[in-house]
Amino acid sequence: MGEKPNLNYIKEIAGGNEEFEKKFLSIIQAEFPNEKKDYTRLLQEQELEESAKVVHKIKHKLGILGLNGAYKLAIKYEEDLKYGDTKLKDEFMDVLTTVEEFILKIA
Amino acid sequence: MNCIIIDDELTARAIVAELCESCEDLKVIGQFSNAVEALKFLPHHQVDVIFLDIHMPMLTGFDFIETLQTPPRIVLTTSDTNFAIAAYSYPFIVDYLVKPITHGRFQKTMVKLQHTEYAPVTDEEREGVGAVPKEDHLYINIDRRLIKLKFKDILLIEAKGDYIEIKTTESFYRVHSTLKKIREKLPQSLFMQIHRSYIINYTKIIDIQDNSVLIERNVIPISRSNRPSLMQRLNLL
Repeated sequence: MGEKPNLNYIKEIAGGNEEFEKKFLSIIQAEFPNEKKDYTRLLQEQELEESAKVVHKIKHKLGILGLNGAYKLAIKYEEDLKYGDTKLKDEFMDVLTTVEEFILKIA
Repeated sequence: MNCIIIDDELTARAIVAELCESCEDLKVIGQFSNAVEALKFLPHHQVDVIFLDIHMPMLTGFDFIETLQTPPRIVLTTSDTNFAIAAYSYPFIVDYLVKPITHGRFQKTMVKLQHTEYAPVTDEEREGVGAVPKEDHLYINIDRRLIKLKFKDILLIEAKGDYIEIKTTESFYRVHSTLKKIREKLPQSLFMQIHRSYIINYTKIIDIQDNSVLIERNVIPISRSNRPSLMQRLNLL
C-alpha cells in the first residue's frame, strides 16, 4: 500500500485543542480494532451483507486518516460485498493492517 | 439552536460534536448511538436541529425520519452519497454532509441553518414531501377501468414480481406496479412497510408475534430492520 495514514484531518478538526485530539485518537484506537475483528469474523462466516456494513464504518476512518485511495477502495469493496463479491478482500486487509500499525504507533 | 447527534459510530459523533462546539449558535444537548434512544429523548426536549446518520442498526436514519410527527431541521451525516436525491425530497432536511466532514463544509451547513427557520415543520410542509396525499383514496387501473380504493379499506399490499396485490376488507386486486410507487401514494399515518414485500395498514393489525403480524386471516412477516419502527407506531401500554 503506497499511501500512509496521517493526522492532518484530526488536527484540522481539533483546531489546536490538544485535549480533543487526544480523546479522539483514543476513540479511534478503541473502535477500530473491534471493527476489524467484526469484519474478519463476518467475512469468515460468509455474512457478506453484514461485513459490508462494517466496511462502511471503517471507510469513514480511512477518510479521517487521510487514506484517500483506501477510502475509494472501501467504497468499491462495500458495494461488491453487497453482491457477494470478495475479490478485493486481500487489498482491503492490507489497508486494515496499515491502519492497525499506525494506530499502535501513535498510542 | 439546540441540537442532537445520532450516529452509531462514536468517532463520527465526536467529530460532529467538536464541529458544533466551534459554532456559537449550536448547543449539543444529546448524543445517541441509535435512533430509538433519540425517539425517547425528543418528546421531552426542545430540539431545533438533528445531525443524523443514515446507516444505523435497528432503525435507519430514514426510518427514524418517518416516525417523526413534527420533524425539526435535519442535517444528514453519512459516508454514502447515494441518498442525496432522496434526502432533498424532505423539506426539513437542510443539508447532506458526506463524512469525513471538514470545517469548511460544516460552516456552509451553519449558513444554511441560519437561513432556514428552525421551528418544527407544519403539517402542510410535511404533506409537501409528496408522501402524504390529502385525499382519503386512490385509484387503481385494472383492465382500463379506474377503481377507487379508500385507504381505510385497504388491509395490506404484497409485492409479487412485476405486480402488487392489494387486499381490501371486501376484495382483492392485482395491479401492474411496485410497492415503492404505491407507498408514495399512501398516507404514512395509516400505512407502513414492514417487510421488503409487504406494506400494511397498521390500524388493521389484530395481533403481533415476534416476527409476524396478523391482519384478518393474513400472517405477514416483519423484517428485523422494520420491527422497531412498527413498535414505535403502536399505542403500546
